[in-house]
Amino acid sequence: MNEIVPAHNIGDYVPMIDGPEKVSGRAKYTADLVTPNMLAGRILRSPYSHAEILDVDISEAAKIPGVKAIVTGADCDKCFGVLPVARTEHVLARDRVRYRGEPIAAVAAVDDATAKAALRRIKLKVRELPAYHTAREALAPDAVAIHDHRPHNLERDVMFELGDVEAAFAGADLIREGSYNCAEVCQNQMEMHAAIADYDAVRDRITVHASTQVPYYVHLMLAQILGMDMSRIRVIKPFVGGGFGCRTETLNVELIAALLARKAGGCVRIAVNREETFITHRGRPETDIRLKIGMKKDGRITGVECECIQRGGAHSGYGVVTILYSGSMLYAIYDLQNVKYIGKRVLTNTPPCGAFRGHGTVDVRFAFESLLDDMARGLGLDPFAVRRANLLTAPTFTQNDLMVNSYGLPECLDWVERESGWTARRGKLPKGKGHISKGLGMACSHYISGASKPVNWTGEPHATVKIKLDFDGSIVVLSGAADIGQGSTTILAQSVAEVLGLDLSRVRVVTGDSEVVPKDNGSYSSRVTFMVGNAAIDAAQNLKALLVAAAARKLDAKPGEIECLGELYRAGAQDKGLTFNEVVTEALKDIGTITVTGIYSTIPESHGGKKYRGAAIGGTMGYSYSAQAVEVSVDEDTGVVTVDKVWVAHDCGRALNRLTVEGQVQGSVWMGMGQAMSEEAAYHDGLMLTANMLDYRVPTIADSPPIEVGIVESNDPHGPFGAKEAGEGSLAAFLPALTNAIADAIGVRFNDLPVTPDRVFAAIEKRARSTPPPGGGRSVAAGDRVGVGGQGPTPALRADPPPSRGG
Amino acid sequence: MPRIVQFTLNGRARIDAVADNVLLLDYLREFIGLTGTKTGCDGGECGACTVLVDDKPRLACLTLAATVEGCRVDTIESLQRDGHLSAVQRGFHEKLGSQCGYCTPGYIMASAGLLRRNARPSEAEIREALGSNICRCTGYVKIIEAVQHAAELCATGLSP
Repeated sequence: MNEIVPAHNIGDYVPMIDGPEKVSGRAKYTADLVTPNMLAGRILRSPYSHAEILDVDISEAAKIPGVKAIVTGADCDKCFGVLPVARTEHVLARDRVRYRGEPIAAVAAVDDATAKAALRRIKLKVRELPAYHTAREALAPDAVAIHDHRPHNLERDVMFELGDVEAAFAGADLIREGSYNCAEVCQNQMEMHAAIADYDAVRDRITVHASTQVPYYVHLMLAQILGMDMSRIRVIKPFVGGGFGCRTETLNVELIAALLARKAGGCVRIAVNREETFITHRGRPETDIRLKIGMKKDGRITGVECECIQRGGAHSGYGVVTILYSGSMLYAIYDLQNVKYIGKRVLTNTPPCGAFRGHGTVDVRFAFESLLDDMARGLGLDPFAVRRANLLTAPTFTQNDLMVNSYGLPECLDWVERESGWTARRGKLPKGKGHISKGLGMACSHYISGASKPVNWTGEPHATVKIKLDFDGSIVVLSGAADIGQGSTTILAQSVAEVLGLDLSRVRVVTGDSEVVPKDNGSYSSRVTFMVGNAAIDAAQNLKALLVAAAARKLDAKPGEIECLGELYRAGAQDKGLTFNEVVTEALKDIGTITVTGIYSTIPESHGGKKYRGAAIGGTMGYSYSAQAVEVSVDEDTGVVTVDKVWVAHDCGRALNRLTVEGQVQGSVWMGMGQAMSEEAAYHDGLMLTANMLDYRVPTIADSPPIEVGIVESNDPHGPFGAKEAGEGSLAAFLPALTNAIADAIGVRFNDLPVTPDRVFAAIEKRARSTPPPGGGRSVAAGDRVGVGGQGPTPALRADPPPSRGG
Repeated sequence: MPRIVQFTLNGRARIDAVADNVLLLDYLREFIGLTGTKTGCDGGECGACTVLVDDKPRLACLTLAATVEGCRVDTIESLQRDGHLSAVQRGFHEKLGSQCGYCTPGYIMASAGLLRRNARPSEAEIREALGSNICRCTGYVKIIEAVQHAAELCATGLSP
């Protein structure tokens, strides 16, 4: 007889439990939920960047046969927004439109063609206002306020200085300063936004299906916008085709669908197209960064001064949080003791930006790691040595009071250095051979495992999971966690199965329906595995305690004597024991169907500090760490950069599922590659020029490199089985690792993203016209500051910004 | 004007009245109810709607339904045999070639088209065959592994 052992569910390569639905076409996404009588919804969007609305005349449109409802700003005077401090956005513009693409009116009709025809009959009367498409224009002293409550178009300014930055620079052996510009980028998730709202006029209830990462926030905003009691609203999140942050706040689409459905007294589907998804993208803002670092000869950082300006777009969105992350997350990766940060989040007449993967950290990390690379060269140090000179020692609290308990960055560095053959190959790769020059670059990054304080602080546990166990012996996990493709449903099933020692096939997970599952804050800031995973473990432990007690009762033993082997519960090795099904039968005898609850709350020490306003942002229970090396080939005849290979090590605490960890890390690196090399939301007079996937260039499979993943397990003391996040932290490091590799290859440093072939080509041409030879660094004495616009010692060249940016 | 179109959809003969201007994509999703085929863009940008027409990958968003007269059209819903996943479906499931799953039907049909004409594709041939599809989740590494795994499964007798 085989020895009975508990099933093992953690740490292997486990395909996603909802994979069969996805590969068979059975997975239903919001727009797939077609029913015969549903109405087609269409949105009329502003053709103006900034204008006062004088009149929206719907009388002609309403006469078209088949039009069932039209809504405009007049139908709803309430505002929405993800941050309680910044709910200033109307579902449909009322007094003003503030960006091209902002919803003004919407139609529900019997079919799409009728809805489109009705939109064409709506007459707009406006008075155009001055429009500002760049942060600089919006901040001009005489600029008109885009929102009356923000007189200088400054959504939020942040300033903090911790330590003594002036003294730190005075004590430095080398000071460098650089200016950086990162283009606005869009999530461009594959599923375009969709919502289906079904209003039941008999009961005054509404059911909304939405392609969202945050069903609970959608629920809250529906109640606010509709003026309905929350108990009359049901929100369902079907399969969701990616998010990357664009759906971490309630969007106009689901709110408009609900307004239309109530007005029409029926069911309305809005499925927006790709262009509409782009022009309302909620992506990463265009960011200008000025960064100054002081360093000792051995590579230790003495002080940091960082100024960051973000073109936030027409509404607040997550803006306040983004600009705070950009400052607070300077910390928690290296040991910094003297930091000054100035952040400006600016309102402009462009689409509202939001929380793109790596929220707030990516562009600043690009600047930081670029400048470190530059300074390493200046001091004649290896880039790895500079990172190692500044490591934290965990457990610790950073100067801005962020709690760091586990820190696998040293192991990440070791893995990448070894696997990339760094020491043997760096500096020895062929240069100019057949006009191809090769180079190696490296960089690091980090990210949070969920914000320790949720955006909507209610005092409830941070996460709640329920488990139902009934006569059939199947374990049904109920969770509001939104699986958007990252695999959270699988992680919850694995966690519960692991605690109970049962095979994964016994576990089913029900998610995404507010009528059934407990509330969850949603999938953002990489919180789900950590927070909801811990709640799932807690629930499973509570269930296990009930089962052990039942087994003890039946076996006439004490609970402490019961050994749980998953499918077998016994009192000692000699006991024949009870099968799992027998234990379930016993457990149900007195109380019937079992439901248990598991909760998780963050600890106060993780909530960040109070040294400056907004210092809680950045606080988390655990930081992930990433190091990566990138090898490039630069074609000096064409400016085309090819990424030959990426080596990335990610400290995820513990890999609960190696398959999905690898997938998340590869996806992050690749998304960083898109931002670094080709992606850019470009505008002309506020009109997006890149609102399709041909002009907004996402890397194809032909452009994309092998990405080798090393998993580092630092075993976080608070993480579920020691785990931390895996889905965001590796994005940021790609950007500087790429430009550092290009600098290594051709001796030109690119401080502006994306590094497109035309920029590379222009820089190579410029280098050819100037005298200094490429590749060599020159050391700069303390105080030898490279002025704004300069970026370092390697030939003081800078790619010219493209003419189309902003404007 | 509607016209009568005869063709084979997922192995079943159909005779339908189809308006001249209806796209195959909308016809499949909105008229027939086969929503496995996805809309990912405004026309020819992403490959999410890839189906097979006479075994060749075709973008349903750039194909008028009326033009498939006399053709065999296969969608993602056609691949399972007796309820079991096909080789390509298993490849994408087991190797995590699919994360959010939205682009997946298009990739699977493009890969099935590849393996039907080339049972042992090289990595370069896989990259070329999938070059007009966009995935935003995976970084493509595991998609390549998924197709390679599918080719191995095909070699054991499983259909693509």
